[in-house]
Amino acid sequence: MSWKDYIKQQMFPLFTCSGCTHGTVTNAFARVADELKLDKNKTVIVCAIGCAGRIPTFLDFPVLRVTHGRALAFATGIKLSRPDVKVIALMGDGDALAIGGNHFIHAARRNIDMTAIVSRNEIYGMTGGQYAPTTPAGARATTAPYGMLEPAFDTCKVAEAAGATYVARSDAYHVQHLQRTLKAALQHKGFAVVEVLTSCPTQFGRRNNLADPAKMLERIKEMTVTKAQAEKMTPEELAGKFVIGEFVNTSRPELTEIYAQAFAGMGV
Amino acid sequence: MGRSFNIEINTKWCKNCGICLAFCPQKVFTWDEKQRIVISYPEKCTGCLLCEYRCPDLAIEVRKVEEESHE
Repeated sequence: MSWKDYIKQQMFPLFTCSGCTHGTVTNAFARVADELKLDKNKTVIVCAIGCAGRIPTFLDFPVLRVTHGRALAFATGIKLSRPDVKVIALMGDGDALAIGGNHFIHAARRNIDMTAIVSRNEIYGMTGGQYAPTTPAGARATTAPYGMLEPAFDTCKVAEAAGATYVARSDAYHVQHLQRTLKAALQHKGFAVVEVLTSCPTQFGRRNNLADPAKMLERIKEMTVTKAQAEKMTPEELAGKFVIGEFVNTSRPELTEIYAQAFAGMGV
Repeated sequence: MGRSFNIEINTKWCKNCGICLAFCPQKVFTWDEKQRIVISYPEKCTGCLLCEYRCPDLAIEVRKVEEESHE
């Protein structure tokens, strides 16, 4: 088996625009799946709508594609009915944090054993470049012609506050870090959240003088700092930067186990 | 110099975004006259695999060429 056995090669090339780094996340995921030798008959990938929601259909796993924002809601259903199955939700930022924001915080609160991978491209790409809750202040979007006026969400802090037991951030530039992070998240027992900073040269880049895919990735390189670097920086220097690394890695009772214990011996 | 690497670009999958060209530490890739990626200096490749991992279209494959004795 190689990583190529984890993608549907007959469906390639990917539908994405040139230089869309959602593909880099797919690339890393296929390699990590191969490294961990994930059992295709015991793994379900749930995805929803959007560019990041469509890419998982190119992965050679049982894939459930659901309504916008509800990936985690359907994933919770799968996990509760089949606790022996590994459930992975691959989502975009608008999907996970805007439309599915409530599902996201409640899946974290329940600490249900699944992995949520959130690709943060800071825009709604597929629908034409509307601003998302992750669009940085000042950036232009179709619905923010004078620049984004609202502050952006910090996915990792939301997940941490809601009770996720594994929270980490990586990006599409630091690919080896991305692979290590995805590997650790997939091996974690409990609700694991990984935010991956990705780039959208077509919808975000074109409106913000970054239409070149390489420039867009250069921007990600410049706006990320490691945890060790962040400790030496002042809050002013950290403004607009993203810290990459692992933020939470703890354990607490997991939902399907709580259910199994509560109904043990009752023949349910 | 015993090590050499064979770089292959799957041209059916590649969208010529230029990410491999921009971030290759050894500058192995260049543009051709039609703005397509070409492997111009494969002998400079050190096999770091960063192009393979970064490629958003999963189109690059770098393989180590088995050593041949030159003696």
